[in-house]
Amino acid sequence: MARRIAITSPVGVAGEAAPQVAVRGPGWDGRFTVLILFLPPALLLFTLFVVLPIGEAAWYSAFNWNGFGRPTNWIGFDNYRFVLETRAFWLALRNNGLIIAVSLAVQLPLALTLALMLAERFRGAVALRMLFFMPYILAEIATGLIFSFVYDGDYGLVASIWRAFGAEPPHLLASTDTAMLAVLIVVVWKYFGFHMMLFIAALQSLDKSLVEAARIDGATRTQTLRHVVIPLLYPTIRLSVFFAIIGSLQLFDLVMPLTRGGPADSSNTMVSFLYNNGISRMRVGYGSAIGVILFAICVTFAFTYKRWFMRDE
Amino acid sequence: MSNAGARSAFDPAVLFKALFLGLIAIFVLVPLLATLLGGFKSLGELRVNPFGLPRHWEWQNYADILFSARYWQLLRNSLVISTLAVTLTLITASMAAFTFAHVRFFGSSMLLSYLTLGLLFPAATAVLPLFIKVRDLGLLDTYFGVALPQVAFSLAMSVLLLRRFFKDIPYELLEAALVDGCSYIKFFRYVTLPLSRPILATVGTITFVNSWNAYLLPLVMLNTDALYPWPLGIMVYQGEYSSEWHLILAFITLTILPTIILFLLAQKHIVAGLTAGAVKG
Repeated sequence: MARRIAITSPVGVAGEAAPQVAVRGPGWDGRFTVLILFLPPALLLFTLFVVLPIGEAAWYSAFNWNGFGRPTNWIGFDNYRFVLETRAFWLALRNNGLIIAVSLAVQLPLALTLALMLAERFRGAVALRMLFFMPYILAEIATGLIFSFVYDGDYGLVASIWRAFGAEPPHLLASTDTAMLAVLIVVVWKYFGFHMMLFIAALQSLDKSLVEAARIDGATRTQTLRHVVIPLLYPTIRLSVFFAIIGSLQLFDLVMPLTRGGPADSSNTMVSFLYNNGISRMRVGYGSAIGVILFAICVTFAFTYKRWFMRDE
Repeated sequence: MSNAGARSAFDPAVLFKALFLGLIAIFVLVPLLATLLGGFKSLGELRVNPFGLPRHWEWQNYADILFSARYWQLLRNSLVISTLAVTLTLITASMAAFTFAHVRFFGSSMLLSYLTLGLLFPAATAVLPLFIKVRDLGLLDTYFGVALPQVAFSLAMSVLLLRRFFKDIPYELLEAALVDGCSYIKFFRYVTLPLSRPILATVGTITFVNSWNAYLLPLVMLNTDALYPWPLGIMVYQGEYSSEWHLILAFITLTILPTIILFLLAQKHIVAGLTAGAVKG
């Protein structure tokens, strides 16, 4: 460590270093070349396409603007007021809440149970892991289309089950009562395998001597699980919860092929609401306001969560 | 092994486990199999027999798509965009990660946390200004207009993963090389990169899958059908053939096939990348 500091301590600024360019090797000049060649591409791309647009969203959200020419029609916070006065926005927010709730209450327990079963070695375990992970690899669009077939009221799988019982099949995606429920089932189908994999990775890197010690001390399987294994998994569970919530807030691709947010905005998420109202109609100010609200929710959540639950990680 | 054999098949715990795993396997498999098989049926048969094997295999559904220029054009567009995204991500991220791992300079940790911010928010929050920026740069309706923002959004995770790996390359190696007159850049090119193939493969695969499956950015940045990657193309296709599900299912099967093949080839890298990035990111 000490040697490292001796060699690489920042001994000068760019101006002083320039005359020494001829000296090759472990000097400041070598590092300077790397700095001016290696960092800018990444930083430039990141600033241009990630950071600046966030700032610009905040700026544009103060205008009534259709995206052509320069924004001139300053309206202050009116766009935010318009968004908050729209019932569909609150529906979208509620739907994101539902997705989070289902992710936490259904998906994560399912993933954890499966991980505990499949982390052990038995014939077929690896094949089942891969099978359960498969939906996660598929594109959201493909997943959504597959399920819009499953739910199709004329040709779909659900419809044919209904018909087998002699009932008139429902059009699940076309009804405001069932569309969101149908979306939620697809969310579980698609993402539980990812969380299962996280848990399996954690279980495999677990300190097995602790589990063995518990068994030797006479703990039953269930006791070992409850008092040793699960507590050892807490860091991964906290992380999994974090991913589930951040992912739920961003859900969009899955909704588009299923319902496009409809019928009557009943299955919009915040991003599909942003798309339907901001982008497809090019209401830049209004759409940016939605983006800024979503951004604020994501960042507030991330920082709060990190502070409260992930302090030591 | 002997342990598993000793347990009788009537152990209720084992039975419950097998039942549970079987049920979940059915839940996952049925939609996938129904899609694959549905593409082999006629529309009429699909209606009366959506679950079972086709009574008459309609190879024509698949053949029509496989011999259409449209299908290959979609795959080609996706391939071009994803390859661009992967190449640019690997180049820019590995250079930045190398600097953060091995070069000490004022503001290094600050710049790194600045990049890390990128992990926090979704592209969707800024997609409108992003559209205007890409338009002002004249990149609307080009492959680069899609690929560059994808690179930018994949940088945070990529740099973090690569930097952690690069840091494990013994510092003594770099020190010795520098004393011998090797430059940082040569060291990067001839030592770091060759030693880092596994992590580069992982980062590349993850970027590829994300770009290959992406929908929102191409949707906003591309107007010309001829440039559409497959997620956009398949939505258009579904719109045109609205209820001809047998054709749509065949089309879906053929578009997810490359994904599944890639997954089977690179599953180690995909799983490693996702869990490594997740567990320690």
